[in-house]
Amino acid sequence: MENVIQQILNGISLGSIYALIALGYTMVYGILRLINFAHGDIYMMGAFLGYFALGLWNFSFPIGLLFAMGGAAVLGIIIERFAYRPLRLAPRISLLITAIGVSFLLENLMVLWVGASPRPFPQKIPLQIYFIGDIVVTNRQIIIVLVSITLMFLLQFIVLKTKVGKAMRAVSFDKETALMMGIDIDKVISLTFAIGSSLAAAAGVLVGLYFNKIDPYMGVMPGLKAFVAAVLGGIGIIPGAMLGGFILGIAEVLVSAFISSTVRDAVAFVILILILLIRPSGILGKYMREKV
Amino acid sequence: MKRNYLLLILIIIFLVYLGRLARGLNPYFYQILVFWGINSILAMSLNLINGFAGQFSIGHAGFMAVGGYFSSALSVYHGERFISLLNFLPLNIAQIVVFFVFLLLGGLFSAILGLIVGIPTLRLKGDYLAIATLGFGEIVRVTILNLDIVGGPRGFPGIPQRTDLSWVIFWFIICLLVIRNIIFSSHGRAIISIREDEIASETMGINTTFYKVLAFIIGAFFAGIAGGLFAHYLMMLHPSSFTFFRSVEILLMIVLGGMGSITGSILGAFILTVLPEALRGFTYLRLVIYSIILIGIMLLRPQGIMGGKEFSPLIIKKIYARVKENENTRSK
Repeated sequence: MENVIQQILNGISLGSIYALIALGYTMVYGILRLINFAHGDIYMMGAFLGYFALGLWNFSFPIGLLFAMGGAAVLGIIIERFAYRPLRLAPRISLLITAIGVSFLLENLMVLWVGASPRPFPQKIPLQIYFIGDIVVTNRQIIIVLVSITLMFLLQFIVLKTKVGKAMRAVSFDKETALMMGIDIDKVISLTFAIGSSLAAAAGVLVGLYFNKIDPYMGVMPGLKAFVAAVLGGIGIIPGAMLGGFILGIAEVLVSAFISSTVRDAVAFVILILILLIRPSGILGKYMREKV
Repeated sequence: MKRNYLLLILIIIFLVYLGRLARGLNPYFYQILVFWGINSILAMSLNLINGFAGQFSIGHAGFMAVGGYFSSALSVYHGERFISLLNFLPLNIAQIVVFFVFLLLGGLFSAILGLIVGIPTLRLKGDYLAIATLGFGEIVRVTILNLDIVGGPRGFPGIPQRTDLSWVIFWFIICLLVIRNIIFSSHGRAIISIREDEIASETMGINTTFYKVLAFIIGAFFAGIAGGLFAHYLMMLHPSSFTFFRSVEILLMIVLGGMGSITGSILGAFILTVLPEALRGFTYLRLVIYSIILIGIMLLRPQGIMGGKEFSPLIIKKIYARVKENENTRSK
């Protein structure tokens, strides 16, 4: 029993990272109907920005985290501006292929620059281990969960309570009408990319803290899995992305602990195919009938 | 009609014979030709799904892996037995027959898997289908990693070398003919109409699910064949050959050549077989160049090099006719 609780706790830390990445997916999908394949690589870039900030320039952890988030936000805006905006009227398949291209470009540029081998993440926060009965909790796990939950609440606040958030919801609901109401769509989309990318970067830094290892290909799998999390919760729905992230993290940790760690990468995709067959709109999603 | 078939068979025999002659070639060129052929089969089969039926699949490496591993496992574990069963034939003919059957079985297994995967997932549209097929590819890879009988993460060595250029040419022509004949038949029109507008074509009474699954199965079949050819050429398989990168590479071939153009796929396969050779030594720069090409094409020429058109000898005739027509109109 302790073991199960222990694994669920580990799953929550992993799940909060998936949830942070999934938020960016879900926001971009909600607005552009685009699976931003490059999102996992923005998470990777965030981790490297954190690596430079903490390791080379010796920033403290909170400043390093903010630096990585800011840098990734700029990167997200640049990618949207130069790769996705010219294709706004193109078929969605072209957009999807471009996203795959951007993802490859980021990965391989990083490989050219820093090399493909994994490197240790600078550990600014000394590891502390707490025992609750037989259950082990580290301070890093607590930081991960706290930071992610804070960011998620911040995002909910921005989306639900501010004017910008209202504009974002309007654009995702109906782009043309939003335009007619005087909303600057380009600005709103840029902002969505900025926010989503900074959340992914936060996830990248937190992963560096947790697993202590980063490399240019680290974003591929978590990126895909976070997309699964977004679909699982209901794509386009922000609380859904969080829910999906946590469910996925816990499921993955439980499978690798009790069945086999080699099949853990397949868990997410099996969940994906099941959810697409049983409830394609996701757990929190509503079924939308297609209009001609 | 009958004369056409006879001519066709003669051409096939001639080309396959040419493959035998090519053995005298520089082994390096020979290998490039073999890979060009295999890549063309992969690209054409993916083009049927992505370019003609408009179903965005990015799990093609998964089908290739299934076909490759299945036919290789047959060759390694049952090859000798089947060859000795055919002892009334000369050894090399027995080998050819057995290899043909195993390749076919690999392709069929892959096609059956395509059916099983296709029926549920093809209900999904666009991006969802993309992710589902991607997930399928990953599930295949993880399954192979956990299958000890085919070596798991160590790779699968000891596959007999059976593929040569003649085999590749043979399957290349079969694939080309099958896909070409489908596209120009009424079934092909149905498949293309799904790409153009699925709801409209359903309203016209086309069984869209049937045609989507059909395109998917045929694509999976040829991907499986290509996997088998690949395995029996390299004599060794490894799960790392069938990652998402491989699927994207095949996708890049058809995007570059032009979605919905068979000759475009062959051209794209040629470019992506030769380009890495030209860029050998710049491993990572090569991947950067790939991604820049991919983005650049999407931004500048989203329809690819051929842009959905075909190149055929007839085109010269057509251009001639058009020039003549222009002259006529001008003289009037």
